[in-house]
Amino acid sequence: MSAAATNVGRLVFRYVLRVGDLSLVLGQRLGEWVGHAPAIEEDLGLANIALDLIGQARLLLSYAGELEGRDRGEDEIAFLREQGEYLNPTLVEQPNVDFGQTIVRQVLIDAFQLELYDRLTNSADERLAAIAEKAVKETRYHLRYSSDWLVRLGDGTPESRARVQSALERLWPYTVELFAEDDLDREMADCGIAPRLADVRAAWSMRIDDVLAEATLERPRDRPHAWFGKCGEHSEHLGYLLADMQYLQRAYPGARW
Amino acid sequence: MLRSDAPASLDTEARVAAAWQALAAVEDPEIPAVSVIDLGIIRFIKLQSDGVLEVGLSPTYTGCPATEVIRNMVERALDEAQVGQFAVTPVLSPAWTSDWISPEGRRKLAAYGIVPPPDVVASTRRRLREDQPIACPRCNSLNTECISQFGSTPCKALHRCRQCLEPFEYFKCI
Repeated sequence: MSAAATNVGRLVFRYVLRVGDLSLVLGQRLGEWVGHAPAIEEDLGLANIALDLIGQARLLLSYAGELEGRDRGEDEIAFLREQGEYLNPTLVEQPNVDFGQTIVRQVLIDAFQLELYDRLTNSADERLAAIAEKAVKETRYHLRYSSDWLVRLGDGTPESRARVQSALERLWPYTVELFAEDDLDREMADCGIAPRLADVRAAWSMRIDDVLAEATLERPRDRPHAWFGKCGEHSEHLGYLLADMQYLQRAYPGARW
Repeated sequence: MLRSDAPASLDTEARVAAAWQALAAVEDPEIPAVSVIDLGIIRFIKLQSDGVLEVGLSPTYTGCPATEVIRNMVERALDEAQVGQFAVTPVLSPAWTSDWISPEGRRKLAAYGIVPPPDVVASTRRRLREDQPIACPRCNSLNTECISQFGSTPCKALHRCRQCLEPFEYFKCI
C-alpha cells in the first residue's frame, strides 16, 4: 500500500471513530435513565434508543478496528481508550440532568444524525454507506420520539416550557461544534467519504426550526464555542461517564459473558 | 464460521433446499410466532465455488439483542440439518425493511396479537403520510392512538384503542 493510501486509511479510521463515538457515548448516557424514567413507556423508549445507538457504535467501532489494523476489536476500542482518544462531540456527553434536558439534547442530536447518516448512504466508503443505510431508518424513529416530546413539553405547562427553553439555552452553544469543519472533515468530504458539514447544517437547521416552532420555543442565537470533543478535547463530564462505562473491563480484564 | 463436511450424497440443490427447510423451523426468539424466513432476514442461501454454503443474515435493528441469539440458532439448525460446510454472512445493505415480512409472516403476527406493518403498497404511502390510523386487533376500530414509538422490543410500538380501551403492539414499518 502506498504512503498516501495508508494516510487516507488512517484518516478514515479517525472519522469512523468520530461517528461511532457519538453513538457510543450518547447510548451510555441514555442508558442511565433505565429504571429512572418518568413512566414505563419512556423507560422503554429511551432504552430502545440507547440500544440502537450502541448497535450502531458496535458496527462502526468494529470497522474502525479493521481500518486501524492493529487487531483491536470493538470492545477494546469501546472500553479501553483514554478520554482524549474519544472523538464524540461534547454535546452528547452532557449530563441528563432532567427529562427536559435529555429530550432537548436528543432532538438536537437526532436531527444531526439523521441528516448525517442520510448523506453517508452515498459515501465513497461502501462499508460506511451500508452502516448508514441501516442506521438512518432507526434514527427517523428516534427523532419522531424526541420531537414529539419536545412539542409536548414546550407547548405544555409553564413549568415544562421554562425547563426546556432553559435547556435549549444551555445546550445550544454545543451545537456549533457539530458543524465546525476541521481538517479531518474537509479531507473526508474531498474524498467523497463524508458530506460537507455546511450541507448537513442547512438541513439540520430547517428541521430544528420546524420542531421549535411547533413546540413554541425560541431558537437561541449562535455563540462562539470552546469545545472540541470531536478532536479529543472534552468537557469535565466525559471522564465520569467513562469511569462508569469502563469499570468492568478495567477491573476484570478480558471478562466475557 | 465453517461447520461439518458435506455428506457426499447431497447435491447442490438438495443442500440449498435442506438449508431453507431447516431455517423455516427457526423461530424469532422474541416473537416465536414467526420464523426467520417469515421475517425476511434470511437474505440468500447460495453455494460458493469452494463448496461452502453461504447464508446471508440481516439484523432487524442494529441494537436488537436477539441478533446474536438468532445467528446461533441459525448455525445450530444448519448444523443439525447436515447441510455440509456453511458460513453465515451478516448483510447490512440493502438494509432490512419490514416490507420483506412475508404474507404468511404477517398473518402469523396478526394471529399472535401483534398488528403487522401495512403491506408494501400501503407502507410506501405510510412513509409519505405518517399518521394513518392503525386498526385495533381486537375490535377493528380505527380510533386508536400511539402511546410510545418503542415497545417491549425495538421492532414494535405501543398503541391503545380508544374504543375498547385495550393496549396493543404494532410491528413498526421500517
